[in-house]
Amino acid sequence: MSEDLAIRLRGVVKRYGTITAVDGFDLDVPEGTCVGLLGPNGAGKTTTMKMLTAQAIADEGELEVLGHVLPGDSKAARAKSGVVPQLDNLDVTLTVEQNLLVFAHLYRIGRHDRKAAIEWALALANLADRRDTRVDKLSGGMRRRLLIARALVHRPRLILLDEPTVGLDPQVRQELWALIDGLRSEGTSILMSTHYIEEAQRLADTVTIMSHGKEVASGPPAALVAEYAGTEAVEVYGPPARLTEVEAAARASGARTRRTGTSISILGNGHGLDGERRAANLEDVFVLLTGEEIS
Amino acid sequence: MIGGRLERSAISGVLVREIVNFSSFWKSTTFSSTVQPTIYLLAFGFGFGSLVSQVAGYDYVDFVATGTVATGVLFASVFPAMFGVFVKYQFQRTYDAILAAPVDVEELATAETLWIATRAGVYGSVPILVGIIFGLDPAWGMLTIPFIGFIAGFGWGACGILIAAIVKSIDGFSYVSSAILTPLFLVAGTFFPLTQLPEWAQVLGKFNPLYHCVQLVRDASFGWSWPADLGHLAVLVGFGLVMWRLSIWRLAKRLID
Repeated sequence: MSEDLAIRLRGVVKRYGTITAVDGFDLDVPEGTCVGLLGPNGAGKTTTMKMLTAQAIADEGELEVLGHVLPGDSKAARAKSGVVPQLDNLDVTLTVEQNLLVFAHLYRIGRHDRKAAIEWALALANLADRRDTRVDKLSGGMRRRLLIARALVHRPRLILLDEPTVGLDPQVRQELWALIDGLRSEGTSILMSTHYIEEAQRLADTVTIMSHGKEVASGPPAALVAEYAGTEAVEVYGPPARLTEVEAAARASGARTRRTGTSISILGNGHGLDGERRAANLEDVFVLLTGEEIS
Repeated sequence: MIGGRLERSAISGVLVREIVNFSSFWKSTTFSSTVQPTIYLLAFGFGFGSLVSQVAGYDYVDFVATGTVATGVLFASVFPAMFGVFVKYQFQRTYDAILAAPVDVEELATAETLWIATRAGVYGSVPILVGIIFGLDPAWGMLTIPFIGFIAGFGWGACGILIAAIVKSIDGFSYVSSAILTPLFLVAGTFFPLTQLPEWAQVLGKFNPLYHCVQLVRDASFGWSWPADLGHLAVLVGFGLVMWRLSIWRLAKRLID
């Protein structure tokens, strides 16, 4: 058992027929930290999340959640965890409060503590004034906040966030980021899968980049950027012929490049080439390491 | 200690969800679950009843009123289980949410089956009440009818969950309904005695759990017949146990990758 790790995965493999969704994956989530699982669609993030709640069973490897070995001891781990799914699965004909009441029962909160737990979750998600509103009358942002409140109603030690802000407008996304950041500050361990670079960079203490079911890099966002992309990149704009020319010149000088639609980025401080200077970022790292653009 | 099998708190958690949800749609469910068998009772009882005064020694209205209990149980169990479970795992993703909590598939399926059986026990008793209004003599044995409905509903509810966990699309229910449930519904002694059928159909009818439900309800209403009724009860309990385990096995295959 690993007492100081909220999640510990070693050599985890999950196959669906001939497809290997997760391929020898290792992951550590230290207690009280937020780890971002970053990768494009199909990288194996959601499968990993499902294995952590025993809704998918690993073919190989070791999984521990909050010191419980999975899948055998998964139920005890789930009692201390909360899950915010990628797809909204609220009971839409029930009110906000009824949704929380149901999960207060499912998470076995005692009768005397139930009301206080629901009030706390409503306040946390800023939904107290919507307690009697049916879920199908809520906005997308409110539904997401309710999903988070539902996952937290029993005050879990660990929360699994599967693409928590996917499909939301920027303002709502900022609100949710503040909520997640608050949880991290209070010491809740968080594993968050995302394909939003900014989300991982802002919220995660450590980022694990995943591609084709494997870890390709792991570390604090700033350290990953510094290690793989340097401090600055030079962005060159122009017609396709010009970009091809710049790309060839950059490569000849040993620079690493990435095409970004109408421009080309020369990483590693630009290697003396002219263009618009900008700070290197996690997206540069991701593209360099995986060869895939994040959608 | 969390982690045992069939924990009461996990089952009650799922039941609470069902009850809270039911509070939002009980009127429509109660309407369909009571009106449908009542229409059958009125149509067959008074329609055919005007042509056939007695069947198997009973007034035809009484014969149908007791037989329609099984219809009510079937309608209140297998169909809600089939559609409800399929919608919850395929479209609403409700089970993903429940299984992320400390609940396993065995507890989930058991709670769903218990809830459906309870509803079937209540709604299945409605035709008897309607029958009493139309002249069926009340009997003490009729007090056992909700329990008979519960036991039969448990088996049919689990059967519905099993079907929902097997079919690949909601259209698959049409095949099950037409090819399996309708024949079972007709060859159960509900509207006419099995003795009127060819011998092979009579033999098949004895394997139909609905037939045993009909017989138990009839004997509860008109007088117990021992030990035959113990045999009917044993078939319903056996059917329930087999379907319960099969539904858990198949639902786990559907929900756990």
